[in-house]
Amino acid sequence: MKTFEYARAESPADAVRKFAPGAMYLGGGTNLVDLMRLGVARPDHLVDVSRLPLDAVEEAGDRVRIGAAVRNSDLAAHPLIRSRYPMLARALLAGASGQVRNMATVAGNLLQRTRCAYFQDVTRPCNKREPGSGCPAIEGDHTNLAILGASHACVATHPSDMAVALAALDAEVHVTGPGGDKIIPMPGLHRLPGDAPERDTVLDPGDLITGVELPAPPPGASLYRKVRERASFAFALASIAAVLDVRDGTVAGCRIALGSLAHAPWRAERAEQVLVGGPATGEAFLTAAEAELEQARALPRNAFKVPLARNLIVRALEELAS
Amino acid sequence: MDITLKVNGVSRTVAVDPRTSLLDLLRERLGLIGAKKGCDHGQCGACTVLIDGRRANACLALAVAMDGREITTVEGLAQGDDLHPLQAAFIEHDAFQCGYCTPGQLCSAAGMLGEPGPSAVTGDILVDPDLTPEEIRERMSGNLCRCGAYVNIVSAIAEVAP
Repeated sequence: MKTFEYARAESPADAVRKFAPGAMYLGGGTNLVDLMRLGVARPDHLVDVSRLPLDAVEEAGDRVRIGAAVRNSDLAAHPLIRSRYPMLARALLAGASGQVRNMATVAGNLLQRTRCAYFQDVTRPCNKREPGSGCPAIEGDHTNLAILGASHACVATHPSDMAVALAALDAEVHVTGPGGDKIIPMPGLHRLPGDAPERDTVLDPGDLITGVELPAPPPGASLYRKVRERASFAFALASIAAVLDVRDGTVAGCRIALGSLAHAPWRAERAEQVLVGGPATGEAFLTAAEAELEQARALPRNAFKVPLARNLIVRALEELAS
Repeated sequence: MDITLKVNGVSRTVAVDPRTSLLDLLRERLGLIGAKKGCDHGQCGACTVLIDGRRANACLALAVAMDGREITTVEGLAQGDDLHPLQAAFIEHDAFQCGYCTPGQLCSAAGMLGEPGPSAVTGDILVDPDLTPEEIRERMSGNLCRCGAYVNIVSAIAEVAP
């Protein structure tokens, strides 16, 4: 591991002040420390923000504010989240292991990097790690990589479960930084790779996530479903966070976010548009899923993800409608 | 950098390179070799210890970030010659073969028994479920056993679970 300077931040403003060029913020470390050990992350300075007083989950009218340093396990076990946003609790519990959830923070979960094997292997080219070096995944092993919104430069996926639920809940990400404070609505935090896959998010250098705010839960039934290669402690092949509000057989409201299919949590807006105002039938669900996945561009080894995503959408909506 | 930790109840002050993991600090500097280095990537759970009473992967924690924390390793579970109930149950149920993963399994189980709330397999998310074998398997999924002693590990933990 390359050496670095370590400093602990006393407040969000202090963290931003201590963020020198070449610095990174340290939360729970469950992804960053691993990437530093692999040589993928090579910070000159680590600013430890894990003990900032951003560790509360609070009710604010019909909204809920979640501090950036809240541990994933604490958030999943919180009565407000379990009762009002069960989809979010489910997504958190579907991710990682008990040990990792105890360490990992909300902000760190959002900012975790792709698990693309080429990104994590410094002996291989990777446009995300070394811009312009190439993407061996496109010709190589892209089995668990993107089918939506990828580019010629990068087919990585964002691995978070939590972020998929936040995208479906229209969560807002609160940020402070050298340029002041800002609020970024999900799924707008993460970007598609385009020609700059080295940028996972729209954040600027020194920006610090201070919290996430959840609007009142949308009406209707909700769920989070994850498909993975083993029963526990594995990243998703595909996942869905869905909310369906059916009134008199008609879809009054619908939110669908998909995970592990794109460089960002993927809000299935086309499917939502097809569904709202129409009948809540299996046929309509299939039409909506196919409308969304018309934009899918699969590679030879991940073509299975297209029917997987289609079936996941249809199955989730059928379950919510019943 | 100088850091001070309480390790198994004893205060220890150590000068550490900022790159040192908590696992390497425990094993290489403090002589506590119970926590094992399996994968060193947070995937196997062999390094599991309790940080302020909560289970965590010692390989993913930087020692400098642990200043002031209380660490419990497998060496700190027993009270003198009195084994922790989990240790006794692991022996009773023959819950290991090679033993390499066992310190991590024990610390993980000790932490897990104190963790409230649902898991990924809990039916009603509003209810704190009983620790059925299915719940134990899900909650212990961060600890691998390459000998495959899982069946007996689950029965040992189930005996101690409330």
